[in-house]
Amino acid sequence: MYRALGDICDKSEKQNISFWEVIWQDDCQERQLSKEESFSQMGAMYRAMKEADASYDAAQKSRSGLVGQDGGKMEAYVNAQDVICGEFLGHVMEKAIKMGESNACMKRIVAAPTAGACGVVPAVLIAMQDKYGFSDEKMVQALYVAAGIGGVIASRAFIAGAQGGCQAEIGSASSMAAGAAAFLRDGNARQISHAAAMAMKNLLGLVCDPVAGLVEVPCVKRNVSGAVVALAAADMALAGIYSGIAPDEVIDAMREVGLSMPACVRETGEGGLAATPTGLRAKERMK
Amino acid sequence: MNILDIIGPVMVGPSSSHTAGAARIGQITGKLLGEPVKTAKILLHGSFLATGKGHGTDKALVAGLLGLSVDDRRIPESFELAKERGMEFEFGSISLQGAHPNSVKLEVTGVSGRRLEVIAASVGGGRVHICEIDGLRADFTGEAPTLVVYNQDKPGCVVRVSLKLGLAGVNIATMQVYRDERGGHAVMVIEVDQEVPADCIADLERESGIEKVTYLCLDER
Repeated sequence: MYRALGDICDKSEKQNISFWEVIWQDDCQERQLSKEESFSQMGAMYRAMKEADASYDAAQKSRSGLVGQDGGKMEAYVNAQDVICGEFLGHVMEKAIKMGESNACMKRIVAAPTAGACGVVPAVLIAMQDKYGFSDEKMVQALYVAAGIGGVIASRAFIAGAQGGCQAEIGSASSMAAGAAAFLRDGNARQISHAAAMAMKNLLGLVCDPVAGLVEVPCVKRNVSGAVVALAAADMALAGIYSGIAPDEVIDAMREVGLSMPACVRETGEGGLAATPTGLRAKERMK
Repeated sequence: MNILDIIGPVMVGPSSSHTAGAARIGQITGKLLGEPVKTAKILLHGSFLATGKGHGTDKALVAGLLGLSVDDRRIPESFELAKERGMEFEFGSISLQGAHPNSVKLEVTGVSGRRLEVIAASVGGGRVHICEIDGLRADFTGEAPTLVVYNQDKPGCVVRVSLKLGLAGVNIATMQVYRDERGGHAVMVIEVDQEVPADCIADLERESGIEKVTYLCLDER
């Protein structure tokens, strides 16, 4: 996997190939696969995301009872009302909540990069496919873009809440989705990198404070913020706006912020929202 | 780590460490036993003990012992499935000195009466480490085909095993050897690059000094 977004951009520009092809070639080299094998495996991931999206059960609650049934509420609202954020973003939010809830309810999902952040990338990608009618092939290419960005983040920093807080999970997922969204609208490698950077910048410092230590509150709804921030970052990059800080330096900053976070806000369920009176009562009920 | 660790795995939620990793530990343990599990004592340590219930760690471990994969939709119903298949299980707690927070000790018995004890940890992203087998130290992930060879601690066992593998065209990636005491019981944990043919494993079991061979290849489906 690449250790720098800058290296991916350099290769893309020098060899005149797309960002996603750089990642594709690297994967074939690293895992000793043919191009077809690699592409078909990534294709299976996209199919699994769509299956998970389609199989949402609006009646289900999680084992703790803390989350569930909000995806159905969001769907009804988006279909009936004039959504403040607009219909498209309404659908993105709906898909993000649904996937987060499916995960909490022990349904099959695709970790991207983690299970807790599994709603961000599919919410952005599937909603964009619905809106623009992109082919499945193009969507799989977008997943390579997301994977390439996530790979750089995992190499330079981390993608686990226990190591770097929620910025490492939802922040990374948002960064991956932003780059993928910019790619889908024909952004070049530099725009993809800067979309990823701007999404990460907007979620920098986000702590991991799950109530009762469960991947439920606030994880489900943070998938929504990750998806919305991703699309805003992609639109900025496509408008020709660049991150004032170089993308790889933004990832390094995420690492430094994560390293300086106290343990109580790194997935231990001891700080932040988990330590509120309501959070503590929920923890007590789980015993 | 590769890009399918970033986009992926496909898994039953909610947690890659507490659910997917737990299922994988159960699955590896079942394969190491080499026969259907009849009884299982599952001792949870650390964070597995503290937050396991809410993450479905218990259901995932049982599912894994039944041979279910991390993406099997039946994981939430594993307790019922165990009942149908006649697998008995009980849960308890344990404090393992110096262990990873997401650790578990599994004491299992197979349908033929074969017994196995495994201590394993879920180290994040659904990846696992097997730390101990039958009281002997081990260290492997189950990500590569893995042979676990139990042998008497006497000269020549390692060379006979590696020669057989070499003749079968199997390349050794990593090899660890452990023993309880000089001249006592030893175990070789061998991660290899190719699938080990069944006749090669049967051959190994016939070698003098070799007590038992178990073979683990998770990607056989």
